Amino acid sequence: MPESTRVPRATAHASDQSDPASTAPVPPFGSASTAEFLLRTQVLSADDLRRAHTRIAHEIVERNHGAEQLVLVGLHSRGPAIAQRLAVAIESFEGVSIPVGTLDVAFYRDDIGLRPVQPLGPTEVPVDVTGRVVVLVDDVLFTGRTVRAALDALTELGRPRAVQLAVLVDRGHRELPIRADFVGKNLPTRQAEDVRVRLVETDDVDADAIQLWGPREDGP
Amino acid sequence: MTGQARSLLLRGGHVVDATGERPADVLIAHGHVVEVGDGLSGDRVLDAGGCVVAPGLVDLHVHLREPGDEEAETIDTGARAAALGGFTAVVAMPNTQPPLDDAAVVGSVIARGATTTCDVVSSGCITKARAGRELAPMGELHRLGVRIFTDDGACVASSGVMRRALEYARSLPGAVIAQHAEDAALADGGHMHEGAWSSRLGIPGRPAAAEATIVARDITLAELTGAPVHFLHVSTAAAVALVRGAKQRGLAVTAEAAPHHFTLTDAACAGFDPTFKVHPPLRTATDVEAVKAGLADGTIDAIATDHAPHTPEAKERTFEEAPPGMLGLETALALTLTELVEPGVLSLATALARLSWDPAAIAGLDERGHGGPIVPGATANLCVIDPAVEWEVDPSGLASRSRNTPYAGRKLTGRNRHTILAGEPVVIDGEAQR
Amino acid sequence: MKHLLSIEDLDRTQLEQLLDLSERFVEVTRRDIPKVPALRGKTVVSLFYEDSTRTRISFETAAKRLSADTMTFTVASSSVNKGESLRDTVQTIEAMGIDAVVVRHPHAGAPHRITGWIDAAILNAGDGRHQHPTQALLDVLTLRLHRGPSLEGMRIAIVGDVRHSRVARSDVQAFTALGAQVTLVGPPTLLPEAVETWDVDVSHDLDAVLAEVDVLYLLRIQLERQGEALFPSLREYTSRYGLTAARAARLAKDALVMHPGPINRGVEIAAEVADSSASIITQQVASGVAVRMAVLYTLLGSGGPVA
Repeated sequence: MPESTRVPRATAHASDQSDPASTAPVPPFGSASTAEFLLRTQVLSADDLRRAHTRIAHEIVERNHGAEQLVLVGLHSRGPAIAQRLAVAIESFEGVSIPVGTLDVAFYRDDIGLRPVQPLGPTEVPVDVTGRVVVLVDDVLFTGRTVRAALDALTELGRPRAVQLAVLVDRGHRELPIRADFVGKNLPTRQAEDVRVRLVETDDVDADAIQLWGPREDGP
Repeated sequence: MTGQARSLLLRGGHVVDATGERPADVLIAHGHVVEVGDGLSGDRVLDAGGCVVAPGLVDLHVHLREPGDEEAETIDTGARAAALGGFTAVVAMPNTQPPLDDAAVVGSVIARGATTTCDVVSSGCITKARAGRELAPMGELHRLGVRIFTDDGACVASSGVMRRALEYARSLPGAVIAQHAEDAALADGGHMHEGAWSSRLGIPGRPAAAEATIVARDITLAELTGAPVHFLHVSTAAAVALVRGAKQRGLAVTAEAAPHHFTLTDAACAGFDPTFKVHPPLRTATDVEAVKAGLADGTIDAIATDHAPHTPEAKERTFEEAPPGMLGLETALALTLTELVEPGVLSLATALARLSWDPAAIAGLDERGHGGPIVPGATANLCVIDPAVEWEVDPSGLASRSRNTPYAGRKLTGRNRHTILAGEPVVIDGEAQR
Repeated sequence: MKHLLSIEDLDRTQLEQLLDLSERFVEVTRRDIPKVPALRGKTVVSLFYEDSTRTRISFETAAKRLSADTMTFTVASSSVNKGESLRDTVQTIEAMGIDAVVVRHPHAGAPHRITGWIDAAILNAGDGRHQHPTQALLDVLTLRLHRGPSLEGMRIAIVGDVRHSRVARSDVQAFTALGAQVTLVGPPTLLPEAVETWDVDVSHDLDAVLAEVDVLYLLRIQLERQGEALFPSLREYTSRYGLTAARAARLAKDALVMHPGPINRGVEIAAEVADSSASIITQQVASGVAVRMAVLYTLLGSGGPVA
């Protein structure tokens, strides 16, 4: 397993779970001296992720009977990088260049005032979403509240013909009736566990990885 | 008159007065000191062990607010606060409503004060209604016993009127014109000291020059007229230097300073709390050092509190709207002991001079039995001070009707313990007896 | 951050975070529906003891764009009872159930006093001569949008009645905290007392500094000040310190001209200069709503800037 000593940016922690309800403490990645959290498994390696991206890209095009009228919108902070990879993959086998946008959901979250909520990046969608199929892209689907906020944010930008959701990992524990259309990996987890996504574009690491961390269990 | 027939003994104290100091018991009867010596006995005993026995303190400058603003203070409550602070005599300032510019009002103040726990002496206005134009009936007021004449709160702006007032007062034995030295043309519209802090806080300032110009002018007029002049609440290094120069030239110039001007600076206004608003305003550290030096070398003759009560509603406004003024009677002695005597700026004897016999002389109160040496035959106006007790200022624990002290929460060392007024113990162990 | 009372309460990091957040809100204000639900259910009260329609409307627009509810109390509308003490007024308002009060008052420190009397978040919209923090923030934001995120080394001259200006006090602190070099220009009577304690240069000669500045920030000169013997006449003020067309021509090619408004055309700035391309005065106004949204969001929504 990678033992990086580099400490990720603070914003990485805020969206680690993409989940406003998460209250688990998040020690620095790679910190060997963590008493609380331990690595349980490597969920996806860099190669696994590459294959997942490719498969999801194909599924998106297959499901929508082509790449016309599609727009990929990544949810900060890792969604945009994933969306960009999907767009590159789609262009390579369909020959079509799909517009990629970014969306920040901070102002639509349901936990404003309960905890510090700061926007993680700009909202910039280069095309009008009205009449198009918008594929929201995020790294981890957990309670579904981030996606709910994203749907509200998206409504402000226009009226898409349809909205679909692509995620790298679905870890269960939904609190709202939300489901993903395209999933890299289904990963059953416990509430207290932590799914950590590290991408080369956003996290200052040499290789992608998705890992599952959990609290140390003392006792017999 | 209960207790007057019996003798009262102050036992085990250290007697300090203008003639020197010595450990001694003090025996009091019929309102006078009867004996000062060792191993005395009396019918009633007050413990003075470890304490200083001194002439009662004299405050040249208190605002008792009666008549007109009895919500903030009355002559009775102010006198009680004074007695607790160790004062046996105070001079009541004339900016009441109506002002103390006529015999009837002054007479009523004197009458109200006569039954309280402090010897309340009235000042009189210099000009009618303190308007700075026509002289008030100083002769009539002098006949009632008034010696300090001031328009305090207002400065006599016209040089011509000030000159005439000084000249006229020369004909009244013991009368002293006392000036609130702040040139309105420079200071009006200002609410705190004009300097780096007012610049940063955006509050209009009252420059030190407003005090210096009037002090310089009135020293010149005192020289011209041959009359004595007294400067109230001197707050600036410039004014201290001017008074020092005048004294060196042999002029009859006296001055007082308030405790807030040797313990606080304009930085205290940073939180916009009007508890720290006063005229003249809190100044810079340099000015504070100059005031301390002035008290040490005698340039400043007296510590006078400028006790200025205001109701909580009055001070619960914006800094600019609130009236200026702070309480002082119950903290002056302790502040002097903690901030001047303990660090060695003043000796204990000098501190007591500034608080007792020097102000008594300025106001002619030595002739009424205040501040004088503690010897057989002297009127028994005394205070017994515990110099070591540590306490914390609690606004709700003050005897004043108001709460506007800038020292809330401040830890002080030294406090008045007993106060004897004309032989009667009006304060015993820090408790007012009536 | 519970209140916004003064720029000096913010360190450089907090200033930059507020400005970054303001840029997010600039994007929101440019949408067809410039609204987000972030402060839904919150109530923001404007308490204006000084008449100022434009600043008040800017704050109320900001609150509404965050989906908050607004209430207005102004001296002009007599809904503020002038006989009632400030403390009683704010405590009465608080009893109605409010989350934030935006206060403008003619006396320095009024917002500070209010923080001691009620629990709501207090936002200073101008207190006497002391501070106008959101004005400084929108001024910096406007400069950022024109010149990029860093003000480091930028040479800014503030011209006019600095002594009586809360805008100037806030701007000097914000500009210098972000690394700009500030010069105050005006006659000695209109510069603050103890100005040597400020982190600025001082000049009494506008012509000498004109060519050397990146930004010329003009303050409004008030006619009333003439009666206080602060300067002889508006005519003399304009001839010595006004940005006339001739002076504007001597500004550096890319220099920007700013003014907090409202402008006295022909006094501190010539009419044609106010409308020229060097003037970014209207962009200042546009930045105002985004900045005020960012501040309201920070005080009421976010739980504070992430450390």
